[in-house]
Amino acid sequence: MSTAAARAIAAETIQSEPEVLPRQERSELRFITCGSVDDGKSTLIGRLLHEANSLFRDQMATLERDSRRFGTTGGEIDYALLLDGLEAEREQGITIDVAYRFFATAQRAFIVADTPGHKQYTRNMATGASNADFAVLLVDARRGLLEQTHRHAVIVSLLGIRHVALAINKIDLVEFSQDVFEEIAAAFRAFAAPLAFASITAIPLSARFGDNIAEPSPRTPWYHGPTLLRLLETIDVGHHRADQAFRLPVQWVNRPSQNFRGFAGTVASGEIRVGDAVVAAASGHTSRVARIVTFDGDVPRAAAGHAVTLTLEDELDIARGDVLAAPRARPIVSRQFSADVVWMDEDPGVPRAAYLLKAGTATVPAVIANIASALAVDTLLNEDADILPLNSIGRIHLETTIPIAVDPYDDNRTTGSFILIDRTTHRTVAAGMIRESLGGSQEIHGHAHDVTPERRAFLKAQTPVVVWLTGLSGAGKSTIANLVERRLVAQGFHTMLLDGDNLRQSLNSDLGFDALSRTENVRRVGEVARLLHDAGLIVVTALVSPFRADRARIAALLPEGRFLEVFVDAPLDVCRERDPKGLYAKAEAGRIRHLTGRDQAYEPPVSPALVLNTERESAAIAAERVVRLVVAHTRGNPSGGDGAQL
Amino acid sequence: MSDILMPGALPEEPPVVRRPARQGRLSPHLKRLEDEAIFILREVVAEFRNPVMLYSVGKDSSVMLHLARKAFFPARPPFPFLHIASGWDFRDLLDHRDRTARELGLDLIVRSNERAARAGVNPFDTETGEYTRLMLTEALKAALDEFGFDAAFGGGRRDEEKARAKERIFSHRASGHIWEPRNQRPELWSLFNTRLSPGETMRVFPLSNWTEFDIWDYIRIEDIPIVPLYLAADRPVVDRDGALIVVDDERMRFNPGEQVVTRRVRFRTLGCWPLSAATASDATTVDDIFAEVVASESSERQGRLIDGAMHASMERKKREGYF
Repeated sequence: MSTAAARAIAAETIQSEPEVLPRQERSELRFITCGSVDDGKSTLIGRLLHEANSLFRDQMATLERDSRRFGTTGGEIDYALLLDGLEAEREQGITIDVAYRFFATAQRAFIVADTPGHKQYTRNMATGASNADFAVLLVDARRGLLEQTHRHAVIVSLLGIRHVALAINKIDLVEFSQDVFEEIAAAFRAFAAPLAFASITAIPLSARFGDNIAEPSPRTPWYHGPTLLRLLETIDVGHHRADQAFRLPVQWVNRPSQNFRGFAGTVASGEIRVGDAVVAAASGHTSRVARIVTFDGDVPRAAAGHAVTLTLEDELDIARGDVLAAPRARPIVSRQFSADVVWMDEDPGVPRAAYLLKAGTATVPAVIANIASALAVDTLLNEDADILPLNSIGRIHLETTIPIAVDPYDDNRTTGSFILIDRTTHRTVAAGMIRESLGGSQEIHGHAHDVTPERRAFLKAQTPVVVWLTGLSGAGKSTIANLVERRLVAQGFHTMLLDGDNLRQSLNSDLGFDALSRTENVRRVGEVARLLHDAGLIVVTALVSPFRADRARIAALLPEGRFLEVFVDAPLDVCRERDPKGLYAKAEAGRIRHLTGRDQAYEPPVSPALVLNTERESAAIAAERVVRLVVAHTRGNPSGGDGAQL
Repeated sequence: MSDILMPGALPEEPPVVRRPARQGRLSPHLKRLEDEAIFILREVVAEFRNPVMLYSVGKDSSVMLHLARKAFFPARPPFPFLHIASGWDFRDLLDHRDRTARELGLDLIVRSNERAARAGVNPFDTETGEYTRLMLTEALKAALDEFGFDAAFGGGRRDEEKARAKERIFSHRASGHIWEPRNQRPELWSLFNTRLSPGETMRVFPLSNWTEFDIWDYIRIEDIPIVPLYLAADRPVVDRDGALIVVDDERMRFNPGEQVVTRRVRFRTLGCWPLSAATASDATTVDDIFAEVVASESSERQGRLIDGAMHASMERKKREGYF
């Protein structure tokens, strides 16, 4: 970096200059430039770099050469070429992806993300916005506010940027008109009122000619506000993350020797001191901070942003994904949330779709339970929506397989944000912001009980497992489950049988057979199975459970190795032939809908623990194979070696 | 270096204070960059099966190594270090590499494209772009494949070059190490999507948001050991069209009329010695370098003869699998 300011900073170390901050105090501002295509974002940044003396001589020479070859300014310096570095960008004269640029003045170091204007690259704009503290929203003075101006303002606001500059560019092309400037500024303030920005500073400028960039322009004598550079140097974006409740998402457990167990992570908010009480949010276990370890020696306290390693006074089983928090100000621990998302994938977001959700350091399976609304960016109205197409913004209800510890995004940008990842393509499909828990349990925290699942299992002298029989109606699940339980009990095991049909007359009597109800049916049976598992029992279920994602969620509820998925396989025509409950006949007669295998898909297990072909093997033999599987898993002392997995 | 960890001599209980805390000496800006890099380093170790750190022994690598020691302390960095040697590396650089690996107990892997070298590929006769592809890019890809590394740290910074300015911190590479600049994953907050399909890999750049200025400022404050070639000294030099080439060994080829003269020079960036231009300088300490970088009017990449070879050459190299 070779800025005039940087020179001054260096000079400060040699000889003191009054106007320069001590180098140790130089702060940092990360900001984005956004707005519609051709509003001049790249040109603006090129100009800022130039005005801040941040361009090297050889870069300037390259720029002059490139301007003659690719430029769109008729032989003059085209600053946009400084940023659009990809071949495709130069060929098309547009910005496709975020470019990061750096410059500094005496007060601040700046990292600027120049983001694309085209709607099709909105995800790249959101990428830039997610790590910015401030936004410069550009408007072409001749064209006024456009759809993309609105869209970007909404995204900037959603992503939690509270301060914006409205840069009304190309003011030279409207004869430096005060009326045009004020009209656009007023229109924007009216539009943005619901977005609740803490400050909006409108500046008339010409990126191409440098008006009001670093020096007040004599051509806009009617403007008395700050220049853009002055605003960037002085704006207080005040996170004040230090005032918030303590949060530390555990990134990595540091265990170099038997004597050291440290929890490495970055303090997301608040601060922590040696001796402070902390709680592992999901489990509810509490302890106190014994040491705050860093390479440079132990420190007495760590504040928001600091990457540290904590050791605790007690031996707690804490892993990556856990959140250490202040016991008196805990995060939400829940499985159901409402959230705002910016959809970023060509495949639209649809209800029931299953994804991986990454929040903090936790990655868990999640489904979109439903889409509550989509936001119309020009009117800021919430409208009904069935799907979320590419680049849309919507409110969704999410459900995760296991509870996660989060905060509302408005309270905490780090613990309130998440991404959704497609499980097959691995693409990042959405950026999300937690609004609230829908579980009704956000004020209820997991309590760490003294009698643990291990102790209950130990008393029963067995390792609990859940044997999950899945398959078409009529495949033989209930028959086999009945035989399995009889044989296990005969051998002295403690068991419980959960039959889908029986439960539909009690716990699940309110549910129908559409896809959503089936998911809920499986969810409830899974939760019951987990409770019974924790009671130390061997649980056998007989449930069609047609969807892979639903079964995967149950598996995720249980400790590793405790979910034994058994595929009871029989061809559809055999099941129809058997029709033990007369369901197929009713479906043929049009009296029931959503019969699996008929008008609803069945997704067989990908890697079941066992496949039972009931067309070829008898129920007795099939049951014997299941019993052998269970016995193999339940042998051994449950409080022994694999107790740690609980 | 009194605070180094000797191989196999990890203390049972880490000492409470190893040296005076330096945190107060970093500006809020540098502290933020340091914390961000440590977060990235830890995220990779937590989420990938088999990561590696590309260690080119330059100033950025030295900072990255230092940050890795911080991120995992009191454990040692839990991954190996890979140096792609072209065979035309400065002797001082190799000495520094071996000494550092020995003193810190690093798991160091060195690989080079020996087949290309045997076939006569060298920086004098081979076209520069082709030389770089064979000796650096191909050697790197072969080494990553050989060990099955799924994530590789690189010291690349966004301020270096226009194509790098477009780079994500977690840079997804398709099968064959291909970079698709038009189809990069959105990178939101610090929630990095680390999922890979078989054959895919990730390049990770913890120093993305650092500038050359930040690197020197940090080296200065943290007292990080660097290759002596960064410091000015009297060295044997040939002036080739204005580029000062230091003659590092007897393999140098001279053009007609070229004379070896002794000049006081140093390097801003280190590559293969026949392709790295030195600059005249009297900066013999890191403080001197810092002052010089601050006052410089040309970018550090100016001394890299391989960058200017063709328009958008960095982007093309990266697409082929270069860092």
